[in-house]
Amino acid sequence: MAFLVITALVAIKEHDLFAVVMLFGIYSFLTAVLFMDLDAVDVAFTEAAVGAGISTVLMLGTLRLTGRFEKKQRRNPALPLLVVCVTGAALLYGMTDMPAFGDPMAPIHTHMAPRFIQDSPTEIGVPNMVTSVLASYRGYDTLGETMVIFTAGLAVLLLLGMREGQNRRPGRTAIGDVLVLRVVVKVLISFILLYALYVQFHGDYGAGGGFQAGVVFATAFVIYDLVFGEADVRRVLPSLWLSRLAVLGILIYAGTGVACMLLGHPFLDYSALAHDPVHGQHLGILLVELGVGITVFSVILTIFYAFSGLRRPQVSA
Amino acid sequence: MLVEILSWFCFLAGGFLCISGSVGILRLPDFFSRLHASSVTETLATPLLLTGVMLQTGWSLDTLKLMMVWLFVLSTNPTATHAMVKAALHDGQTPLEFDQPKGPQTDGNESTEEETSTS
Amino acid sequence: MILVAALAILLSMALALIRAFMGPTAYDRMLATNAFGTNTVVLIAVAGYALGWNSFVDVALLYAMVNFVSTLAIMRFFDQGKSESEISKTEEPQERCSSKS
Repeated sequence: MAFLVITALVAIKEHDLFAVVMLFGIYSFLTAVLFMDLDAVDVAFTEAAVGAGISTVLMLGTLRLTGRFEKKQRRNPALPLLVVCVTGAALLYGMTDMPAFGDPMAPIHTHMAPRFIQDSPTEIGVPNMVTSVLASYRGYDTLGETMVIFTAGLAVLLLLGMREGQNRRPGRTAIGDVLVLRVVVKVLISFILLYALYVQFHGDYGAGGGFQAGVVFATAFVIYDLVFGEADVRRVLPSLWLSRLAVLGILIYAGTGVACMLLGHPFLDYSALAHDPVHGQHLGILLVELGVGITVFSVILTIFYAFSGLRRPQVSA
Repeated sequence: MLVEILSWFCFLAGGFLCISGSVGILRLPDFFSRLHASSVTETLATPLLLTGVMLQTGWSLDTLKLMMVWLFVLSTNPTATHAMVKAALHDGQTPLEFDQPKGPQTDGNESTEEETSTS
Repeated sequence: MILVAALAILLSMALALIRAFMGPTAYDRMLATNAFGTNTVVLIAVAGYALGWNSFVDVALLYAMVNFVSTLAIMRFFDQGKSESEISKTEEPQERCSSKS
């Protein structure tokens, strides 16, 4: 925790934004370790993949547009500081009304958690309880989350568009000339994609699931882009197909819910999908995680395409 | 019992090499020499420590997955090092060179020195 | 013994972090971040086994990948301005106001 605080403080004081991005990568890793220590492996997984991988890449892409060094602040930061302190104090005051952290008599521990822990093995039969809660007991929330991710991708598309950058010649980047890198990355990408598939389908048994798998899938394509250039990666996966994939993911998820409705059960009640409720739950969770994975992958890659297509407007000397 | 002792040795050696690599990153004078020090950590200390954990977990699925981490680390970290060196050379950084000390403390057969060009 | 190794790894992570804070050139910081990431992977593996985290190997493998990606990203975007201007000099100038694809 001390590392966290120190890193955050240095990141605030440092003016070279490049260094700040790297410090944020370190910060994100430390948070992931904290989550692992609290026994939340799925969250740590997602935090490591998103925070240290994709966020770093996107922030570096933004740095190309904004310039490397932070400009001097001209306004006095006293008023924003006051607002932040007042808001923080209000939040802390509101928290005193809630049960203490880890209180065994809190409602969530006496009503919800035992119900999930006792009934999940018999009702759903999936060993990883996080997945069963996420995809089945709280399926509505997960649908909402996926829609939020999709909306974010939509907003980026509306604001930035996925124009091709000026660098249209395939295979030309700064580090694309390093032959060792090209050869090794070509072999590695297939393993990373395989690992992404493993994470997707193994989410029922260990850490993993749709969100993490989507991020790892996107990481493979991001590596390809970094080494081989934008033109190559847009040939492999054109931006039009990416938009279609994002929609497909949402449709799979919502479609599963509608299918359950058509079979006579409430929306997103997976017991309707097979001859036996437990098998129905398994099938439902599989389809839903697939939808989530596809959506997350395509939205992350959409944002990456959008950022990589931008160039800083040329300033006349 | 032998496996225990072997894994303890791996942990000790790996830990020591890890620290020595990081001390090298901190104390060596030039980027290229620091790179050399960090490559000790990533190609020797990491596989040793991973081998230690593999010996502890015995024959199980975890060992296979750790073997995959082993292979991954061994193939990507030297590649990244190579790319970093290429990028630095491309950018114009040059390695630091020291001139050899001339005088009575060296013996006479070190006559072929490079030119003095400290950066 | 495992805890000794874990403490050693933590110490070396702290040293790499100091280099990341100090490092006169950006290459030093890049190097320190890569070393930090590698130490992280092995810390997750060792401490995960010692403290009994479940699925720690998956997280270690993932972090090895993530470390590689972020090192590549830093390298790619670092001298982007310089190399891109070299590459784009050899191409014909594009239209600035192209429509969204």
